[in-house]
Amino acid sequence: MHASIVESIRPAGMTRRQFIKSVIATGAVSSSGLLFSGPAGAGPKASPGAVERLITLDVNGQRRRVDVLPQETLAQTLRHKLGLTGLKVGCDRGECGACTVLVDAVPQYACSLLTQSVRGKAILTVEGLARPDGKLHPLQQGVLDEQGFQCGYCAPGFLMATLGFLVTNPHPTRQELAHGVSGNLCRCQDYDKILTGLMRGAEYMRKE
Amino acid sequence: MADNDALFTPKLTGRDYVTPDLRAKLTGSARFADDFRAEGMLVCKLLTSPLPHARVTRLDLCAALAMPGVRAILTADELPPPADSVSDSGAVIKASPWAERALTMEPLYQGEPILAVAAIDEATASAAIEAIDIAYEALPFVIAPLDSLRPGGANARADGNVWLPPAKPGERPRIGELKWSAAEFEAAGPDRLPLGKAANEWSYGEVEASLAQAALVLDQTFVTPNVSHQALETRSALAWWENGKLHLTVGSQSTAQTVPAIAKWLNMDANDIVVISEYTGGGFGGKITASVAAIIPALLAKKARAPVMLRVSREDEQAIGRARPSTIGRMRAGFAKDGRLLGLDMLVVMDNGPYEEQFDAFMAGRLASLLYQPQAMRWRGVAVLTNTPTRGAQTAPGGLQVSALLGPVLAKAARRLGLDPLAVCRINAPEGRASVGPPKPDASLNVATSAFVKQALDQGATTFGWQTRRSRPAPAKKSVRRGIGVATGCFVAGTVGFDGLLVITPQGRLRIHTGVGNLGTESFSDAQRVAADALDMPWEACEIVWGNTGRHLAWSCVSGGSQTIHAMSRAALAAGLDARAKLKEIAAQTLGGKPKEYAVGGQRVFRRDNGDQGLSFAEAARRAIELGGIYDGHQCPAGINKATHAAVAALAGQGLVAVARDTFPRDGQTYSYVATFAEVEVDIETGRYRIAALHAEADAGTVVHPRAFAGQLAGRSMLGIGHATRQKWFYDKEHGIAMSRRFYQSRPPTVLCCPERFTWGSVGIPDPQTPTGARGIGEPPTGAACAAVLCALNDALGDDTFLRAPVMVDAVLAAIEPEIRQATDGLSAKVSSFRVAG
Repeated sequence: MHASIVESIRPAGMTRRQFIKSVIATGAVSSSGLLFSGPAGAGPKASPGAVERLITLDVNGQRRRVDVLPQETLAQTLRHKLGLTGLKVGCDRGECGACTVLVDAVPQYACSLLTQSVRGKAILTVEGLARPDGKLHPLQQGVLDEQGFQCGYCAPGFLMATLGFLVTNPHPTRQELAHGVSGNLCRCQDYDKILTGLMRGAEYMRKE
Repeated sequence: MADNDALFTPKLTGRDYVTPDLRAKLTGSARFADDFRAEGMLVCKLLTSPLPHARVTRLDLCAALAMPGVRAILTADELPPPADSVSDSGAVIKASPWAERALTMEPLYQGEPILAVAAIDEATASAAIEAIDIAYEALPFVIAPLDSLRPGGANARADGNVWLPPAKPGERPRIGELKWSAAEFEAAGPDRLPLGKAANEWSYGEVEASLAQAALVLDQTFVTPNVSHQALETRSALAWWENGKLHLTVGSQSTAQTVPAIAKWLNMDANDIVVISEYTGGGFGGKITASVAAIIPALLAKKARAPVMLRVSREDEQAIGRARPSTIGRMRAGFAKDGRLLGLDMLVVMDNGPYEEQFDAFMAGRLASLLYQPQAMRWRGVAVLTNTPTRGAQTAPGGLQVSALLGPVLAKAARRLGLDPLAVCRINAPEGRASVGPPKPDASLNVATSAFVKQALDQGATTFGWQTRRSRPAPAKKSVRRGIGVATGCFVAGTVGFDGLLVITPQGRLRIHTGVGNLGTESFSDAQRVAADALDMPWEACEIVWGNTGRHLAWSCVSGGSQTIHAMSRAALAAGLDARAKLKEIAAQTLGGKPKEYAVGGQRVFRRDNGDQGLSFAEAARRAIELGGIYDGHQCPAGINKATHAAVAALAGQGLVAVARDTFPRDGQTYSYVATFAEVEVDIETGRYRIAALHAEADAGTVVHPRAFAGQLAGRSMLGIGHATRQKWFYDKEHGIAMSRRFYQSRPPTVLCCPERFTWGSVGIPDPQTPTGARGIGEPPTGAACAAVLCALNDALGDDTFLRAPVMVDAVLAAIEPEIRQATDGLSAKVSSFRVAG
């Protein structure tokens, strides 16, 4: 986390330590994962110094108005406030890549981004890939045709990481693509079939 | 009833298709447990033990309960006592006094949950946990099994340190104390497992005599690692109550069988539980029937009168999410000049964790008898309790370990005898109805339904180019050493006796209701292709209902132990044949004649001598509803599981309801096998190595879905590669604290860890003891790949250069320069392989 980003969004009266602690929300006791504010009807927030601010996000081509806590991560906002549960939180520390989304066409771990830092940027999640009429994005279609993935928990992250990588290298070799998605874990270890599907999807994209 | 038609014609079976769950996974619309929401949902957090063994001596919740937003706190004394359970045959299984519970006041490992807080959001719950006043009395603890077996070593539990066999026949195994003598430790030395007394033992043949007549006897000790399951989806769960019924969204490896498991843990009626498990983000044995932690949100939801979501963090998942137990094996193996294994004496010490007895050590013995067919064998094993996280079955429990323990022994024997390691694998490979230990009460051995391992070795060797690679000259670059290895793996691959349930709707469609869990193997769908084939039904006209017991699912096997494709394809076929019979009976009753005068095909039932005379499936379904009784589900046949019975009753009147239990004959135990070949290149300057090539050749019967089969074969091979190359636990043994708590500290293989040339195949010979010919494939690749890589490393580095897996950089460097090797503090899987001086 860059200090400048922290400073720009840290609420007045909240110490830097309080702020970071509220983001991490673990401490000596065990935790059950995300610091999130719960769904509608979940009640007021109790984070020290936490004050929600109404901001506008550009998500999947739509302007979404949403109340956001200063310490809220993009994964929390997307999953718990905007209902975009496609991205998954496998580790909450940028180790597994299951929460990957595109921010201005660059793959980012949504668990490690503060929502307020992506205002004004184009956010693309897996829900934004298929067309409104249901036609799959060619990358999705390629994976579908090759029966890529097993449990599928990592699939949205892989798809978004691949899409971002293909922006910079539309004609990757299999090995280049492997490097491009090496920040994403598949515990089913279905890498070979996943790569085959993603390569097929890249091929479909080039044909469109 | 008489029917001379083929059981099924494989139009769908054996072909690729798009599974019905895949599109949702790719669009983000698939709902895993943590993706569900409920109005007014509270969030639950866990307070877990900071100590490896302790007793809570003071607990004051007042300050936490007084905090705004805190709705309820659940402690161990509020848990219902675990109920006895009843098997399918009606036998009562008494609740174990040693079983793990969801919460405890005497934690037996660091990270074990003590209490849970439900609050309006996670920040509030977290703050409440910090406000709880709690004190502990630290109790003796032990982290490594051999430390506990030493004289004076600590016991993990107050009542003992090992699992012992039942005191009397018919009773349960029990916990007791077992210590080995100082003399036994001294005689073994630092690198060999002491030959102390074991808790369990079996044998057949004259082992000592076989060893005495052997041309070569090897005495080998090896250590396999603890590896956490690390499913990418943690075991989060959402619970709510409606009209006295519990609704639970949870990841599980069996939708149907999670219901009685939850009922047992909550001591409540299974009829009042609805389990929703549409998608499960990986299980690998760690979510067989979900997990006991799932009752925490259920109880909190009742207490707080609101839905409660337990969201489990990665650290908590590492603690409560199960792990494969490490084993220490000592094998005395006697070989004839031609490499035949004459006698095997095997002692396995297993790191059991603190709770239920794990069976990896036992399975290692059983599978050793099958996989290597020793003419005489003795197995001894002891499950030692430690204050480390609860273990559980992980892909090929015992199967991974037996290949890792014994595969390299066969390769070493080949080198000592001047033989090709492939030839030694082959001469010892099981064939046909191969024998399996332990011996039965009459001293005879069990038999496998079939084994075609020699064919797999032959076919795999050709594809891999074994002989070509074996005869290649050493790499020109002097800093590179090349090695090749071959090993076999096996595991159980099928069960019998489950139910199939389907409905032919008045619209003429086929709706199949299955209780199989959906964890990515695709067998929940693949197995049903057989039912469609039995009815000559196009897949487009089929719908699978899964993942929600409120939608009336058939009693199904758990998707563990690679049993699903075998068990549930049989069950699906049984239901398909029941539907076919009912279609013919309905046609005969409607159009005249006898059922045997009708045939089924093209979504019709029609007269064999006049194809124009018949009923469409839609017409037959409507007629079934008119006839009622057995035809539309108002009557259910005997022998069906009570859960299926309830599902049939709920579906009655919706069409032609077909339901049947798998009663197809099976003679023998069902196993699958894999032969794996690997080549490694080791950089002896850096200690790094790469897997240049790996080929896995399966013997798993008929392949039902080729792409899913390939995914299992490759994916589970990668799991084995992780055990061989990089995954283990690190512990602070002084304080009993786990150092490996996140992915980066015990990182599963990434896409860059794949062998550079990664191929697979299948001999594809149908198993003769099941009508579909299919056996499971999920488990056996794991051990075969792990052992093949270890064998290749031995080939490159020499025998006896490392004594534990995984083989990491330090072990490679120590293998090359033994003088830098430093002895570790005993044989433990929880330390680095060897410390490098300086």
